[in-house]
Amino acid sequence: MGKTLFDKIWDGHVVTSRPGHPDAVYINTHFIHEVTSPQAFDGLRKRNIPVFRPNKTRATADHNVPTVDQHLPIKEALSRHQVEMLTKNTAEFGVELYGLGHRYQGIVHVIGPELGITLPGMTIVCGDSHTSTHGAFGAIAFGIGTSEVEQVLATQCILQYKPKRMKIEITGQLKKGVLSKDIILYIIAKISASGATGYFVEYAGEAIRSLSMEARMTICNMSIEMGARGGLIAPDHVTFDYIKGREFAPQGAAWDQALDYWKTLYTDVDAEFDKVLVFKAEDIEPQVTYGTNPGMGMGVTEHIPGLSDIEDGERPSFTKSLEYMGLEAGSQLLGKKVDYVFIGSCTNSRIEDLRLVADFVKGKKKSDDVTVWIVPGSKQVEAQAIEEGIDKVFEAAGFQLRQPGCSACLAMNEDKIPAGKYCISTSNRNFEGRQGPNARTFLASPLTAAAAAITGIVSDVREMI
Amino acid sequence: MSKIFKSLVSTVIPLPIENIDTDQIIPARFLKATTREGFGENLFRDWRFDENNQPKQDFVFNNPIYSGQVLVAGKNFGCGSSREHAAWAIGDFGLKVVVSSFFADIFKNNALNNFILPITVSDAFLHKIFQAVEADPKAAVEVNLEEQFIAIKSTGEKESFDINQYKKTCLLNGYDDIDYLLSLRNEIEQYETSRPFNF
Ligand code: SF4
Repeated sequence: MGKTLFDKIWDGHVVTSRPGHPDAVYINTHFIHEVTSPQAFDGLRKRNIPVFRPNKTRATADHNVPTVDQHLPIKEALSRHQVEMLTKNTAEFGVELYGLGHRYQGIVHVIGPELGITLPGMTIVCGDSHTSTHGAFGAIAFGIGTSEVEQVLATQCILQYKPKRMKIEITGQLKKGVLSKDIILYIIAKISASGATGYFVEYAGEAIRSLSMEARMTICNMSIEMGARGGLIAPDHVTFDYIKGREFAPQGAAWDQALDYWKTLYTDVDAEFDKVLVFKAEDIEPQVTYGTNPGMGMGVTEHIPGLSDIEDGERPSFTKSLEYMGLEAGSQLLGKKVDYVFIGSCTNSRIEDLRLVADFVKGKKKSDDVTVWIVPGSKQVEAQAIEEGIDKVFEAAGFQLRQPGCSACLAMNEDKIPAGKYCISTSNRNFEGRQGPNARTFLASPLTAAAAAITGIVSDVREMI
Repeated sequence: MSKIFKSLVSTVIPLPIENIDTDQIIPARFLKATTREGFGENLFRDWRFDENNQPKQDFVFNNPIYSGQVLVAGKNFGCGSSREHAAWAIGDFGLKVVVSSFFADIFKNNALNNFILPITVSDAFLHKIFQAVEADPKAAVEVNLEEQFIAIKSTGEKESFDINQYKKTCLLNGYDDIDYLLSLRNEIEQYETSRPFNF
């Protein structure tokens, strides 16, 4: 019997598989950031051991950096301390750092791919659940906890049980105004926030194959929001074209050899999955979430479920969620007033996202009552946007183009949505308080978010293009 | 945080809410410490305290009737972020066991790595625990890792739970993963020489 893509990569990275023990899996690339790494470095100090393979770990500061005046010292003392600790730890242990002010700095899941560090066939981990993003290249990439960060620093390996395999196939072609963000929000709404727990997902099908690398990353990014360990997409010419010529990508003869190998990275026709789901691209309309987990989503023209549609046992959680959101069961979101628009995060802050939004808003102005933050995923995205004049388009529309970082995705810095306000956001989580205490989040695609920026209300972008 | 877990008998804190995510367990703005200690103070911060830092009286953690080392929560506990701070907050608060009918993967792993025992029970048994605590807030459960069961003391009802044997050994003996991985050094180096590319 053939092997799935996931099995091919996993099996090639098992260092040892002892009975009664989880597999020791070798990690090719380890990303770290300021929030989940300090305790791991402390652990190494306590054990008095070095970083085993320092050149396989890369660091950046992203989670709590400010998105204005990055050339000034960070005002908030605790954030500043974390960023300083990262600088100190990486210097002491010999790890490369793309810190504040560095031209490669940015959200960890944006910079890995754009620098050509993320490659097909790799195993990639980071102390951040959205590490699944890198799976778009045909890599096994997943988030880990700080104890595991310490394991990887100490041994370049991690202990893991092999997850089950799921295939999600999206057939056909997307309709106009529907983006890859809508595909993944649609899947999560269908299978729930825990529907893929215990699985590693491979996305396949015509609709997936016709996506750009950026759009594929958006899908893999949110795999974790349905509980999956990670998600991946078999590499193809789109992948190879994207990687070729990037800063750290293989070159010359090494490129040719790599390419030969990468072309073997696909799921064999006779391979078996533990579970297969199939959806039709043409059934998907622009999506928006109404609740406090990413599974509580729907088509933008649909109605929030009524209480009677919800199973008995789940009603208290459902009601609690709608209360938090200030919404009525059975009502529509279309036309609902929004206060903030956030376009950013490792889900949708790449140059392609910014281009798409700029194309759409060119010549338009934002609604007076809305504050619009555009936060590029990295210094390189920011520089590219300025080079292409995208910054001018945003300025004319009344949007604020800020500096790179996680920003209002998790509101660890000053970029917080005020209590009770509604934010339509291209990020990945609508949990209570995620964007600030008592902030209310509608997750949506960059186009749907941009549409709301112009109209001031939740809108169907298909009617505006 | 003790590095060994064997068994305990304790009253429980009931939290019958589903999909409790890591942002509720420990909101992101409290992730700025660079050590593992002190997170307990901010466990369920936004459910425990209002904007003026006053305890919210209707939240179970602020109700003195409920206490103990066992948290019992609705299904899909710990979904969301990979932040281990969620497990640290739970441990630092003094909890040793979390019972639910379903756990998010990364949380489960993080809990075990911090010698907190996540126990997955059936929906029916979860319901029974909630009922027992509703009838008597001082109802206790017994958790026995060696024999892999959880029992409701007042009713005698009992359910066995699964745990992988490697993690069970770690918990019973206080070993951690790094101890094991460091012992594999030769194999790791051999593996590296067998792979010319870094992918
Ligand atoms: S942008 Fe948001 S989801 Fe992505 S790494 Fe940063 S905090 Fe995590």
